[in-house]
Amino acid sequence: MTEQVTARAVAGGEAAEMGAHRSLWRDVWLQYRTHTGAVVGTFVFLFIVLGVIIGPFFHTTDPTYIDYRAKNTLHMFSCFYFSVPEAVENAGAWTTWSCFTDPAGFAELTAKRVKVSWTHPLGTDNYGRDTLAQLMAGGRVSLAVGVTAMALSIVLGALIGVLSGFFRWLDGPLMRLTDLFLALPILPLLLVMIMLFRETLRAAFGPEEGIFILVVSAIGITSWMQTARIVRGDVLSIKEREFVLAARSIGTRQHRIIGRHIFPNVLSPVMVSATLGLASAIITESALSFLGLGFPSDFPTWGRLLIDGRDFMDITPSRVIWPGLAISLTVLSVNYMGDGLRDALDPRIRGR
Amino acid sequence: MFRYTIRRLLFAIPTLLVISFIIFALLDLAPGDPTSQLPINIPAEVRQKIREALGLGEPFYVRYGLWMQQFFVNEPLNILEQWFGVTIGDSENRLRVLSWSTRSPVVDLIVERMPQTLWVVGMAYVVGIAIALPVGVISAYRQYSIFDQAGTFITMIGFSIPPFFSGVLVIVIFSVNLGWFPSIYDTTHVVTDWDSFLKQINQMILPVMVLALQITAQLTRFMRASMLDNLNQDYVRTARAKGMSEQAVVLLHVLRNSMIPVITVIALAVPSIFGGAIITEQIFKVNGIGALLIGGIEAGDLPLVQTLTFIFAVLIVLFNLVADILYGILDPRIRYD
Repeated sequence: MTEQVTARAVAGGEAAEMGAHRSLWRDVWLQYRTHTGAVVGTFVFLFIVLGVIIGPFFHTTDPTYIDYRAKNTLHMFSCFYFSVPEAVENAGAWTTWSCFTDPAGFAELTAKRVKVSWTHPLGTDNYGRDTLAQLMAGGRVSLAVGVTAMALSIVLGALIGVLSGFFRWLDGPLMRLTDLFLALPILPLLLVMIMLFRETLRAAFGPEEGIFILVVSAIGITSWMQTARIVRGDVLSIKEREFVLAARSIGTRQHRIIGRHIFPNVLSPVMVSATLGLASAIITESALSFLGLGFPSDFPTWGRLLIDGRDFMDITPSRVIWPGLAISLTVLSVNYMGDGLRDALDPRIRGR
Repeated sequence: MFRYTIRRLLFAIPTLLVISFIIFALLDLAPGDPTSQLPINIPAEVRQKIREALGLGEPFYVRYGLWMQQFFVNEPLNILEQWFGVTIGDSENRLRVLSWSTRSPVVDLIVERMPQTLWVVGMAYVVGIAIALPVGVISAYRQYSIFDQAGTFITMIGFSIPPFFSGVLVIVIFSVNLGWFPSIYDTTHVVTDWDSFLKQINQMILPVMVLALQITAQLTRFMRASMLDNLNQDYVRTARAKGMSEQAVVLLHVLRNSMIPVITVIALAVPSIFGGAIITEQIFKVNGIGALLIGGIEAGDLPLVQTLTFIFAVLIVLFNLVADILYGILDPRIRYD
């Protein structure tokens, strides 16, 4: 703790020498910018989020529209796999390039071996539903589930952590509760919860909203423990500091002390665990969908698209690759963002 | 140390009781009817008879008590009988925890599925540890070198690619395109001679690869962080100053101290070996514990799921204790009493 204090004092001294006033968050931002992985991760993440939100306005195909004649269309990149002189007899004037300019004619020429179309840039599934549109629709659901579940688990974790760190009489029971939750086998319990409550919630809130509420609350309830432990530890040390004593001595009420003095100081570990929580919530949701206990097929998420594509792996392997790539890239970029944020918020590293 | 162990063991009992109650209550009080999967043309009175035959006629606390007795008294007695070949009491009529879908004792089902899980997941842990420890040591010793950067990137990938994608990806590459390894794990395969042993290795490579990537990613990060913590300590400078060779400093002094937290992390991971990697087993159709659990959940087989989940919880509590005790034994600075 003393080390952190001195580091902060040193950083403050440097700022004074430079003559410019720098706030804490500006310092954090400057440090964050130097972390290459975090910057790249931020761009990739923003790209995915924007693509998922704005994309459907540009690519207007309905993800559930069944265009049966276009079923099992390949994605446009598959043009590169077929070198024309070898794949096609009587190629004539046709080149690989004409696959892009005239996909329909090219498909005709190759006897439908290269079935591509600009209407479906990433291809279609075995019913002719457009993969790109499904990916964007699925991404909206996956990201919404991830963000909501993460928010729930962070709120729960921070609340329990602050309460058990600040009030001594709550510490014992709440920490025993945390230990208990840590000893529960999480994935089996998640599966069981979803199996048991699926029908009821579907009946109560409708098929899609019911599953959404169920998945979000199941993930949130089973993932708050790490945050609670970290926050509790920080609160325990912060509440002994002088500024809290000062606030107490002028008669500040307890909820004001927590809100004004303690909580802002535990914000940085909470932010780091929020990014990591987002990554794990997205993975958990996809895993549930993958095991067949998540969203139904006509309401796709990335995990659901992946499992649906698995049976057609030898015809259209891209149906597995795209959603898998989307999940992995999102999680990878969020993890890098979390890494950069942790370094940026650590006063011992910042400013070096 | 001994007193600490006893105290922790005694403390584990109420924890496990509460957990068993939570699991039982969650499954039992949840809405949903185990006979709902049966055809709808079964008359109501027959349906009621089926429910009673499954033991659902009794009130909740009676069923909980019965399950507790079957799990904590009858099953251990049964295991003792099998081990020592003796008969204790009325062993013919002793009630065991029966699975609803197969009508056979749950413990027998678990024993039947255990070897597959142990083979695949256990081997993945061995491979993962064998790769992670040296990589972590070199990454930390040459911090920010190209090796370290590449290692960090690969561990990040291992963290971020979920097994249900990496598994499918290796199937696309190695089994669909290259045709090197089978995509389905043949559980009935028996190792009798050299050729069948090679076949076993061949079919194990893909699932082990997928699982080992994740394990390696986590362990490498731990090993690297732990080594970095120790490399900057004063005792390392002392060891160098008194003229010890670099090899001795790193491999004898630093490595031994860095292994302490890593070993506890490995101990904490053991329950998941037994728990089976549910998703990986599902992808490669390995007929292990994870597949048993998924099958039980899909069939609405409450006794099977309750017992299996509770066994996982017991393992987690047990190995948490083992990790803490190992930490106390390995690190003389830790004093629990």
